[in-house]
Amino acid sequence: MALQSLDIKRRSATTTPPPGVRKSPEVAKLIDISKCIGCKACQTACMEWNDLRDDIGKTTGIYDNPRDLDENNWTVMRFSEVELERGKLEWLIRKDGCMHCGDPGCLKACPAPGAVIQYSNGIVDFHEESCIGCGYCITGCPFDIPRISKKDAKAYKCTLCSDRVSAGVEPACVKTCPTGAITFGAKEEIIHHANGRIADLKGRGFANAGIYDPEGVGKTHVMYVLQHADKPGIYSNLPENPGISPMVSLWKGAAKPLASLALGAVAAGAFFHYVTKGANEVSEEIEKEFENEKR
Amino acid sequence: MKNDKDKIARFTPAERVNHWVLALTFILLALSGLVFFHPSFYFLNNLFGGGVWARILHPFIGIVMAISFAAMFFKFKGENVLTPGDREWLKHAREMFEGDDSHMPEAGKFNAGQKLLFWLLLLCMALLLLSGLIIWRRYFSNIFPVWMVRFASLLHAASGAGIIALIMGHIYLAIWTRESMGAMLYGYVRRAWARQHHPAWFRQVNGEEK
Repeated sequence: MALQSLDIKRRSATTTPPPGVRKSPEVAKLIDISKCIGCKACQTACMEWNDLRDDIGKTTGIYDNPRDLDENNWTVMRFSEVELERGKLEWLIRKDGCMHCGDPGCLKACPAPGAVIQYSNGIVDFHEESCIGCGYCITGCPFDIPRISKKDAKAYKCTLCSDRVSAGVEPACVKTCPTGAITFGAKEEIIHHANGRIADLKGRGFANAGIYDPEGVGKTHVMYVLQHADKPGIYSNLPENPGISPMVSLWKGAAKPLASLALGAVAAGAFFHYVTKGANEVSEEIEKEFENEKR
Repeated sequence: MKNDKDKIARFTPAERVNHWVLALTFILLALSGLVFFHPSFYFLNNLFGGGVWARILHPFIGIVMAISFAAMFFKFKGENVLTPGDREWLKHAREMFEGDDSHMPEAGKFNAGQKLLFWLLLLCMALLLLSGLIIWRRYFSNIFPVWMVRFASLLHAASGAGIIALIMGHIYLAIWTRESMGAMLYGYVRRAWARQHHPAWFRQVNGEEK
């Protein structure tokens, strides 16, 4: 839920500058997958702080619970068992949720003014009061994050606890994480911290350890430390090179203003054709012919 | 009017009713569709009771339009088959727009321009219906892969803009060609009008009458 704010960087379906007189430093949340034990405390803390309660679901025989994101579950742990080297099983647990992209596909696709807001600190927030429920944010998102509620047909996703952050405290999931796998702060400092973690992992045999902060979406404000940064796909299909689909860029880019102008040109062309050439009437000749026939 | 010797029947009451159902649904769809097209048209949502209502109503009206167009298609498809003469007609269309229709090949019930419109409308309608179902989030989008929803969104916007341009042209030509609107409103046209604009059709009807 978006807050009233003077540090808005971008606003969906808006062609004039949003209120952005105030600037705040870029923030980031870092999820260190090598430290995650899959306890799901973050899921619980998220529901607790945001006061969301899903219906009790079904156990499907795997650790993922609930099975997917929805309007009540803005973050879920995705468990995958991977054997990169024979006999060396790795249990990779990825906390999935909104990545708070620098160039958000949801915001680009949204047709409702102000339903998606990007703050100057990098948080991308949905303002459900302005949401019309079309689901274009789902179409635009490169990470398959937003979900439309079956009850109220509004789109919901992680807010990065924009309410907490605006009051100077960390997101609920960060606060609760018992192993320190989730950290939060100024993006610059968090990247510094991540580099320390990566150096440590490399020293312990994870040669391809690295940070996940993809360029294609203008970098993100939720980042991962991956033991195998060369293979993000093994972390429950984390996209290797995420970006706004060219189809979405074309759909929401230059094509529409140009088409709008073209439609205006058709109307103007028709009007001026009438003004310059006059109406297409039955010729005098034929009119006379029929007059004579009548007599 | 029915017994007026000076007039000939052009469209039946059923054809006229269906045409205006189609016209009404088209206008509602164009206005509600533009809401999602570009922010500069977002204000049009007020005509439908807000953005949420525009989003809810648009696809249902679309279904009505698709049914109405299907009826029109099956009624008129035979009369809209393009012939070699139509190619000739299109070649001279420019002169006609300049105000000189003396070289126009004789048009039948529908001229080549109208036939072309008919087939382009069919294309747009088919694309709009198929892509529209795929991007109907409430019922269908979740069963399609996201790349397909993206492609359908693009296609829906493009064919929507296309059909709006076609219908703007259609409306203008109905205004420009005096008295043609009467055919769709009342069903009849004057014999002189038919002789002028659709001579081959005029002779055909005349032959049948005599």
